[in-house]
Amino acid sequence: MVVDGLDEADRAVDRLFHALADATRRDMLRRCGRGELSVSRLAAAYPMSFAAVQKHVTVLERAGLVTKERRGREQLVRTDPDAVARARRALDALESAWRARVDRMTGLLSEEEGGQEAPDTG
Amino acid sequence: MTVTRVDKDVDALTLTLVADFTAPVERVWQLWADPRLLERWWGPPGYPATVEEHDLTPGGGVKYHMTGPDGEKYGGWWRIASVAPPTSLEFSDGFADQDGKPDPEMPVTTVRMTLTGREDGTRMELRSVFDTREQMERLAEMGMVEGMSQAAGQMDALLEG
Repeated sequence: MVVDGLDEADRAVDRLFHALADATRRDMLRRCGRGELSVSRLAAAYPMSFAAVQKHVTVLERAGLVTKERRGREQLVRTDPDAVARARRALDALESAWRARVDRMTGLLSEEEGGQEAPDTG
Repeated sequence: MTVTRVDKDVDALTLTLVADFTAPVERVWQLWADPRLLERWWGPPGYPATVEEHDLTPGGGVKYHMTGPDGEKYGGWWRIASVAPPTSLEFSDGFADQDGKPDPEMPVTTVRMTLTGREDGTRMELRSVFDTREQMERLAEMGMVEGMSQAAGQMDALLEG
């Protein structure tokens, strides 16, 4: 998929802040942080529908804060990501580092160009 | 937008990134080959890089450190595997300890960079591969200075806006 660079980084940050901006979701993170929990166990802890709890879990999942795994009839939620998620995070970190470097390279190239083509500076 | 394609292969521990610049190949190559220019784009904002050694020949390398806002120094090194000016460079990229020596416990990536002339400028293709999965996971656990400082910058912009 071809994605516009800064927009994708912006969206990732948006998803993270959006996920953390809700008190219920922060509480869910704390509960899952003590071990994996099934969505139904999680749903029992809140005065809301199973579907509403699932929606919250999806928001947390999209922000990369939890992973969800189906085991039998249960859906397990955990904050400690598995190896694949950790590997993905490492690649994400490398990607953002290189995107930022490319942006700085672009800046330097246009700066040099500007220096050559703008005799009225200074 | 400069970055035109990104591909992440979790199984092959590989990041591939394609970027297009409007400048000619020789100018983009200089960003790598001139240590004073390299210093200006390698490190994240707030962590200026100082290149101490710079020898882009096979077996040669680059030695540098970045200085954080608290004065803390973060060392790094490149080891050049192959080079063909002004179009390609392959090197190992790692971290150094306080004395500037390569730190064997820190992750190492192998970077292959190629530049191709195009009608309207230069295409840069970059392939970065982690040596081992353990090293890759190590990077994820580390502070991720770059990602965090970017996020902080975006937060600042939001707050000011």
